Amino acid sequence: MPETVISAQNLDLTFETNDGPVHALKDITLDIAEGEFISLIGPSGCGKTTLLRVIADLEQPTGGTMSVNGMTPEQARLARAYGYVFQQAALLPWRTIEKNVGLPLEVMGLDAATRSERVRSNLELVNLAGFEKKFPWQLSGGMQQRASIARALAVEPAMLLMDEPFGALDEIVRDHLNEQLLKLWAKTKKTVVFVTHSIPEAVFLSTRIVVMSPRPGRIHEIIDCDLGPDRPLDIRETPEFLKIAHQVREGLKAGHSYDE
Amino acid sequence: MSALRPNWQALAALVATLYSLTALPFTAGMSAPYSLAVAAILIAGACLSMLRLPSGVEALVLMVASFAAAALLIAGLAEATGTATAGYFASLTAAWLLAWRLVTVLSGDGRSKGQGFGLVSITVPVLFGIWVLILWECIVRGAGIPFVLLPPPSAIGVRIGNSLPILAADFRQTVLKAVLFGYVVGSLSGFLVAILADRFRFFANGLLPIGNMVSALPMIGIAPIMVIWFGFDWQSKAAVVVVMTFFPMLVNTLAGLAASGDMERDLMRTYGASHWQVLMKLRLQAAMPFIFNALKINSTLALIGAIVAEFFGTPVVGMGFRISTEVGRMNLDMVWAEIALAAVVGSLFYGALALLERTVTFWHPSYRR
Ligand SMILES: Nc1ncnc2c1ncn2[C@@H]1O[C@H](COP(=O)(O)OP(=O)(O)OP(=O)(O)O)[C@@H](O)[C@H]1O
Ligand SMILES: [Mg+2]
Repeated sequence: MPETVISAQNLDLTFETNDGPVHALKDITLDIAEGEFISLIGPSGCGKTTLLRVIADLEQPTGGTMSVNGMTPEQARLARAYGYVFQQAALLPWRTIEKNVGLPLEVMGLDAATRSERVRSNLELVNLAGFEKKFPWQLSGGMQQRASIARALAVEPAMLLMDEPFGALDEIVRDHLNEQLLKLWAKTKKTVVFVTHSIPEAVFLSTRIVVMSPRPGRIHEIIDCDLGPDRPLDIRETPEFLKIAHQVREGLKAGHSYDE
Repeated sequence: MSALRPNWQALAALVATLYSLTALPFTAGMSAPYSLAVAAILIAGACLSMLRLPSGVEALVLMVASFAAAALLIAGLAEATGTATAGYFASLTAAWLLAWRLVTVLSGDGRSKGQGFGLVSITVPVLFGIWVLILWECIVRGAGIPFVLLPPPSAIGVRIGNSLPILAADFRQTVLKAVLFGYVVGSLSGFLVAILADRFRFFANGLLPIGNMVSALPMIGIAPIMVIWFGFDWQSKAAVVVVMTFFPMLVNTLAGLAASGDMERDLMRTYGASHWQVLMKLRLQAAMPFIFNALKINSTLALIGAIVAEFFGTPVVGMGFRISTEVGRMNLDMVWAEIALAAVVGSLFYGALALLERTVTFWHPSYRR
């Protein structure tokens, strides 16, 4: 039995806003084992980003407990336990792509040789070799997002938190990166928590799919999704795949109608 | 397509020149044939420029016509100050309109933007400056405006040429000592205090109201006090400059440090970056446009501050000292010579900062290429 690395117990989070409190997360209980690939899926505003941010210690829960690698989220953050990919690329405009990818490595105080080696290999991984010297604004949105993924991977974290990383990409690039990510995951046994709006993407990538529903954001259903480690792209036409996709869709629908 | 390409500047120049023919000769010093020659040059220039010429040729025609006419008009004022007729001003207007047309042609007729960027970007302001001087000279001398009210640029130029040692001494006293020292100390300390105030929030909360109060204090009040504290020499002027430049830098840097995005800061947080790492790698960079803003504002404030502070007691040297004493002696050309010096110094200072800003904040959307 693999070890539990992320554990949320009865997590609650209420934002105090000017027009009253917003109940973003309610009673979230979720254990994620090492090496799992978890997708969070649900309608807009159901708290997917918020949950990810709580794991990353970017948001403090107002109730319940969260532990990451057996530590508090803050300790885990300071131990650089995870790499975080934001919904937007968030590259620094005054740094070249190369320097952007190297940014976390500079913060960690790695030496120049290690840095440039990791920058090179990770840019290659996301097909951005040759764009090292460009500035972010000279790249398309999709290329920027890939650079931000390379930046998160360069940290070589045991855990990846990804917030709709492929949302802005075209279908072909998205497929390609899905495959790359799956390969990377199979090879490195990283734990991945992945937010998406795409059912096929969730089913294709995940070991478990967490379906969430809004107002207040909570877990509606957790769907096991064991298609085995070897998943070519055309697995998406198989009946097993379609069955799980259907199940997710039903879960999403049920979650939606719940508050209507 | 017709062979003509009328434009309003050339047409208006034509009308003005024809009108000028009703008031010959233009000045007491210009004979009628001399005046007619000026008119002929203007008419030829206006007409030629309306033909469909390549824009290079058109520019040359306009340049020759407008400057030849201007040169003749200025020469025609020799020994004839104050005698210019309506015809004189009409033909001056015509020459100026042709020069306007010239600038329009050089900047690509309002069309093709960016083409020939380098040369045009220098030529246009230079032409503009030269024409300000030409008009100033012709109007002041043509209409016989009293010297005390406004001396002609030629007289100011002569005065500058004759007073170079004095101007150099004043420049050294005011700019190299008071302005430079005050600017560097004021801006640097404003910057450093902003960094501290950002780290220790209570510091900022206490400082900003005081800052607002001090920047509202009239310099007229500060300057004499500084003289009492720091003596008559440049140190008291530098102190005024420090007071004037400190708070713009403080306020702008604080605003700049708040300018980086939430997501970028969250990003640095996920790396477990320390306060100083976030500051150096993210927030100071994002603050650069604000900091340069303050540097540019301060360059102007420093010069004004140092000059005006010298009105309140100074050794017998310095730009502000010179201005205040020469005004008393009605030596307005010397006053204007100092003003010209201040304008040149101020523009060079500002220009150098703008250039530096471009290289440092090349990534900012307004400079991206
Ligand atoms: N900093 C904040 N202050 C106040 N309310 C917030 C804040 N962040 C999120 N919320 C609210 O919390 C709820 C959940 O937001 P969250 O961003 O987690 O949704 P999401 O599931 O990621 O949506 P999407 O799919 O559109 O990204 C929303 O109602 C949102 O308005
Ligand atoms: Mg979101």
